[in-house]
Amino acid sequence: MEAIRMDNLVKTYGSGSTAVHAIKNVSLYVNPGEVVGLLGPSGSGKTTLLQCLGAVIDPTAGRIELNGETIFDNGWKLSDLRALRRDKIGFVFQAAYLIPFLSVLDNVALLPMLAEQSNAMARKRAMELLTILEVEHRAHAKPSELSGGEQQRVAIARAMANQPPFILADEPTAPLDSERSLIVMKLLARLAQEYNTAIMVVTHDDIIIPRFKRLYRLRDGVAHEEAGQGLPFPD
Amino acid sequence: MINLAFKEISYSWVRYVLTAAGLGLLIGVTLTMTGLVRGMMDDAVALIRGTHADLWVVQDDTMGPYAESSTLYDDVSRNISGLPGVAEASNVAYLTVQVRHAGKDIRAQVAGFEKNKPGEPPYLVSGRPILQSRYEAIADIKSGFRLGDKIGIRRTELTVVGLTKGMVSSGGDPVVFVTMKDAQDIQFQKDNTTIYNERNRLSANPKLNRPGSPGLLQAVTDSQQSNQKVNAVLVRLTPGFDPDTVAETIRRWKHFEVYTYEQMRQILQERVIINALRQLGMFMVILAIVSTAIIALIIYNMTMGKIREIAVLKLIGAKNKTIISMILQQAWGLGIIGYIVGNATATTLAPLFPKRVELLVFDSFVAFLIILLICSLASLVAIRAALKVQPASAIGG
Repeated sequence: MEAIRMDNLVKTYGSGSTAVHAIKNVSLYVNPGEVVGLLGPSGSGKTTLLQCLGAVIDPTAGRIELNGETIFDNGWKLSDLRALRRDKIGFVFQAAYLIPFLSVLDNVALLPMLAEQSNAMARKRAMELLTILEVEHRAHAKPSELSGGEQQRVAIARAMANQPPFILADEPTAPLDSERSLIVMKLLARLAQEYNTAIMVVTHDDIIIPRFKRLYRLRDGVAHEEAGQGLPFPD
Repeated sequence: MINLAFKEISYSWVRYVLTAAGLGLLIGVTLTMTGLVRGMMDDAVALIRGTHADLWVVQDDTMGPYAESSTLYDDVSRNISGLPGVAEASNVAYLTVQVRHAGKDIRAQVAGFEKNKPGEPPYLVSGRPILQSRYEAIADIKSGFRLGDKIGIRRTELTVVGLTKGMVSSGGDPVVFVTMKDAQDIQFQKDNTTIYNERNRLSANPKLNRPGSPGLLQAVTDSQQSNQKVNAVLVRLTPGFDPDTVAETIRRWKHFEVYTYEQMRQILQERVIINALRQLGMFMVILAIVSTAIIALIIYNMTMGKIREIAVLKLIGAKNKTIISMILQQAWGLGIIGYIVGNATATTLAPLFPKRVELLVFDSFVAFLIILLICSLASLVAIRAALKVQPASAIGG
């Protein structure tokens, strides 16, 4: 069973002669433990597709399944999308978007706390993830005291905090240099394997693109599946 | 769950506390004004409360000496004291004067009273009661006079023998108690030039200076040199008598206006100082509106400054109530710190005001509740803006 599956998804803004068809019959899937790339130029419908996958906007038509559970189906949608986002989707953004007034530890622990886990349990889980991502020594620092690479690792830890089956990473290496980009991508790939998590990475990064074994290229609202080079990450 | 509001406040606490302190100064001004209103209301009745009288007999068709001119002859008190239900009746005279002391003029209200009768100073904080029939005075400490000071009122020099506290006129001027005889003299006293000119004017009047009536001119002159008038008669009732019944008897048979304590209080608080109270009340309303606008602006700016974080919080599954609670707690925090600073400001500034600033615990408590309400209302705009933020805005820029 796929971690995420999208069938014939359509998203149209407006109606009649002013209608804009942002996504046209897009079908895609990501398996558990797989890291898939999503490529596409500006205006190709990438953001709209991400927002549909992230369950923050409703598609006009089509069907999305997450971990076997239908969340959208031709106008019907799951009633509590907020809880779905909290528990089953992890988000990693281009600019990390950590909460600046929370410590690194609390930024990661926030998600389990929102899911009503006890503070102690949430912080224990957060510290485990920070250790895996090798930023545990910065646990009590504020995000502004971290380098870009460290911030992105913390963002990944936050995305993993509730052990979601699917992570959506929106250009996670954009602000990083080549070396750090590869480190972050290697971490994502490792986590996908270890936690059996499906990860979709939106990127323009030429260093990253050859590492995908499978990718989708989006152009004018239409997605094409391609086989990637699947180059290994350097040690 | 982490307290997001507290975490954010701790993160930039200097800016937050300085903002709240600025707000606190505004709250301090509002609290001081409330204290001024309370002080004025209390000062307005300080003198009548201190007389321990049950009824005030004043000139017919007037509201009494505290509100307007009222003149009675000093034998009226003897007539009144014979009425059923009247235990004691005494004359009082009031006039506002400039008192000379140590080269300075101090505005004060002179109160003439009869010893051991209603109208005498209620208690002394220092010194002794007036023992002589003339030329001694008891002053309120607000006047700045000290025991043994010689004070000059018109042409009369008095020695301060006692001090009271909290005895002020409805306008907040300190009261100087003197004997009735001194008060009548002071009220009537004229300077030497005026007396000389009046004598010349009378002697030049052929109707008053006739050859056939040798004593007439002297009689008229003497009558103008003495004063048998007072401003009110204070009445203390025999226990068991109803003030309204006795007042009605005096009105019907003696043709004077009579007020009970409650009526006199109403005249002073609801007529004499009402314009000043309204003036301050308007300022307080404007300050409350300005405070609300300022708090709303501060909270709105604080919220808009973290709108991206709010979008991320919503995206990762934070409930609306988490966001609302964060904004409200920060607004209340501003209010609480502002209230503490405001209270400290008002308490520090109160003694510096020329008029009494009466800061009551009850008013302070009500102000605290109003501040919390204003903070809650002021947060509404920011909460609305935060709730309108779409989690989608966190994705894809």
